[in-house]
Amino acid sequence: MSAELASSGTPGEAPTQGPGHGPSHDHDHIHPAPRFFLFRYVFSTDHKVIAIQFLFSGLIFSLLGGLLALAVRWQLAWPWKPIPILSRLLWADPSAGYQMPPEFYNKLFTMHASIMIFFVVIPVLTGAFGNFLIPLMIGARDMAFPRLNMVSYWLMWPGFILILYSFFVEGGAAEAGWTSYPPLSEWKWSTPGSLNGQTYWLLAVMFSGLSSLTGSINYITTVLMLRAPGMKLFRMPMTVWGMFITALLQAFALPVLTSALVMQTLDRVAGTNFFEATGATVANAPAIPGGGGPILFQHLFWFYSHPAVYVMILPAMGMVSDVLSTFSRKPLFGYKPMVIAIGGIAGLGFLVWGHHMFQSGMNPMMGATFMLSTMMIALPSAIKVFNWLGTMWGGRLQYTSAMLNAIGFVSMFVIGGLSGIFMAATPVDIHIHDTYFIVAHLHYVLFGGSMFAIFAAVHFWFPKMFGRMMNERLGKIHFFLTFLFMNTTFFPMHIIGMHGHPRRIADPSIYEFLRGSGTLGMNQFMTVSALVLGAAQILFLLNFLYSLVLGRKAGDNPWRSNTLEWTTPSPPPHYNFARIPTVYHPPYEYSVPGVEEDFLLQTQPRPAKAGPLDPIMA
Amino acid sequence: METLTPRSSNPAHVGRSNYDEEPILGVQFDDVEQQHESSIMGMWLFLSTEIMFFGGLIGAYTIYRFMSPGEFALASHHQNVPLGAFNTVVLLASSLTMALGVRAAQLHDHRAIVRWLILTAIFGTMFLGVKAIEYTTDYREHLIPAMGFQVPAEDLEKMPDMNVGRYQMYYVLYFFMTGLHAIHLIIGIGLVLVMAYLSWRHWFSGAGETQIDVTGLYWHFIDIVWVFLYPLLYLISAHASS
Repeated sequence: MSAELASSGTPGEAPTQGPGHGPSHDHDHIHPAPRFFLFRYVFSTDHKVIAIQFLFSGLIFSLLGGLLALAVRWQLAWPWKPIPILSRLLWADPSAGYQMPPEFYNKLFTMHASIMIFFVVIPVLTGAFGNFLIPLMIGARDMAFPRLNMVSYWLMWPGFILILYSFFVEGGAAEAGWTSYPPLSEWKWSTPGSLNGQTYWLLAVMFSGLSSLTGSINYITTVLMLRAPGMKLFRMPMTVWGMFITALLQAFALPVLTSALVMQTLDRVAGTNFFEATGATVANAPAIPGGGGPILFQHLFWFYSHPAVYVMILPAMGMVSDVLSTFSRKPLFGYKPMVIAIGGIAGLGFLVWGHHMFQSGMNPMMGATFMLSTMMIALPSAIKVFNWLGTMWGGRLQYTSAMLNAIGFVSMFVIGGLSGIFMAATPVDIHIHDTYFIVAHLHYVLFGGSMFAIFAAVHFWFPKMFGRMMNERLGKIHFFLTFLFMNTTFFPMHIIGMHGHPRRIADPSIYEFLRGSGTLGMNQFMTVSALVLGAAQILFLLNFLYSLVLGRKAGDNPWRSNTLEWTTPSPPPHYNFARIPTVYHPPYEYSVPGVEEDFLLQTQPRPAKAGPLDPIMA
Repeated sequence: METLTPRSSNPAHVGRSNYDEEPILGVQFDDVEQQHESSIMGMWLFLSTEIMFFGGLIGAYTIYRFMSPGEFALASHHQNVPLGAFNTVVLLASSLTMALGVRAAQLHDHRAIVRWLILTAIFGTMFLGVKAIEYTTDYREHLIPAMGFQVPAEDLEKMPDMNVGRYQMYYVLYFFMTGLHAIHLIIGIGLVLVMAYLSWRHWFSGAGETQIDVTGLYWHFIDIVWVFLYPLLYLISAHASS
């Protein structure tokens, strides 16, 4: 056995055929990759190409989303001062001194959030990395439904086009926030963005949702049906677990959002009254008959959108677990508890949506229940954080840029997670609801969490995706700048939020208590930090593009990692595995006693003297 | 037209020599059985998303009916219960023919497949025809929201202090839910006819067992949705008459 290990220990070599193989794995029906450019790179059914399509479109939209955020910051730091260059291009109104129109501010934060959530974070995490990694990590040649997979990417395009076009329709883009509550989002006269832009927003989000929905059906089927021989469920890498449970969340939560969006669309265009309150009236207009209820929209919306919060963090948790374990050269601490914790977070995630609505009013009994279920999420989250720390503890840490970003994820997730417990408590939430405290919390989870995980994942899997290494020096400079300025941008938001600074308001200085130099000074400090944070992303972009063309050639397994994707060449061939590999053990067998190398590919059996695996922790 | 030669060298299928045709195997699958099961699972997952989608609507229905039971019962009086019952029977019959079609596909009996699938489509179309009659009546009685909706005078007499918006909400939900159901049914009829045509042309590499099985699942789902919609929308007054 040891001789075999030595011979097949070199990374990337075709895995040796294990015992127990039926002839069914000798595929005689592999077709070559299509030669025609359009089918090979554009309308491709190859999961790897689709993943890269998702990645590129997500990164392009993140530029737009980021610029919108910077414009929001500008207005908060220097209210009504014209933004250099942009103000002359976008709202060229010399009579108003090139001031940003207040409704434009509402467009900025609405579109920033919508683009970042529906067109960047979810597509990049599940669309790009889910697509790329699931088949490779479970030892499959492709997704179960390759054509459906292609459809799921191309469903994004109507969304892309509609959301961009909505900026140019009469009244401009949507202004009702990414939550899009009625009546603001329904009555066309309520705000310019609700004239037309809101309808485009609804359709765009629906397309994005359909894309996720078709994707999730594919992911679940693939994970359940197409695992390589020996790849038991509890031998799957955490990344696959994260993606799998995320897909379950999407499959069961997204349709509810779709039905809410359809209802709102019908209210806007077909004259139905799903979300129009009985006898509602605005500005002395005659009362409408109504008959619906705006609160219903909130329930339906958050029934999806709270699980969606976990859609944006569970894949990140999975990928970070893999990166941490690889660069600690240690098994992931508590693999099975980690899986159960992800499942627990997802399960509880369906029972907590009401905590977004404490302020909307509800039966106190309901409020207490939602408060309790929300606080319970802290338990599995804490298990995960402690297990990540346990993974790093005593390991031989390799501070690659992927590892640094993963550590950044863990530390930022601690802050974002803890502030989440604050707002889970109803009495506290009543105070901080709709303040910058919430904005701080969600950015610690979404930027500090999801974005750092995306950075870590890009650095980690870039060699596998494109066959070239990213520049480590640039990667580290990017990480430290991002880490520092992310904190200086978002941490003060906690403080001004506690002070009562509301979110979604163009000029907070209309309130006496926010007029002081303290609040304004902090806002200016945050804006300067945000500008540097934005500029730091140019480094990442340059690194990405430079490495794509000129990066050092990567070997098959540059990080000396265990999972199946590292047994394939970089980039993997058209159908991933010439021969479907056999899996012998869970993915985190690093520094196994009795093995020459400090890693053990999943395709290599564990030596007998390594002893049995811990039945609970591994 | 695809060739009909077996593509799988899997010895597990050699024994099925009474079947002249083997389905083409996708490159990502080990064998035909795995391919079949994956397709079935994919359809089940899709149907569970559909259940959640209708769940949002039925949730809205539940809340509004709970808040205004009187208006909902009164509004539902205008439904034609016998026509609805007839339609229920028609759809249930279509599920039977669909199931027989799936069975015929498993037996590789192309003539029977075409026969049962076309019967299924006829039943589906019959359902839509009856629905169209009902919609027309509703239109004449001004019961379609946003198309000259008026609460009937006799209902206003019975319940002078009614919440007019909630009364209309019943019809909004009625048209939304039955309309969505009808759209699903139209897609279903299209699918069934395409399957029948392909089967008639011997297009499938097998007998289309997987494809017709999956279509059948979708068809039964449409049927079951109606089984829920019928009592929710037509039979309210049976309970609220006290």
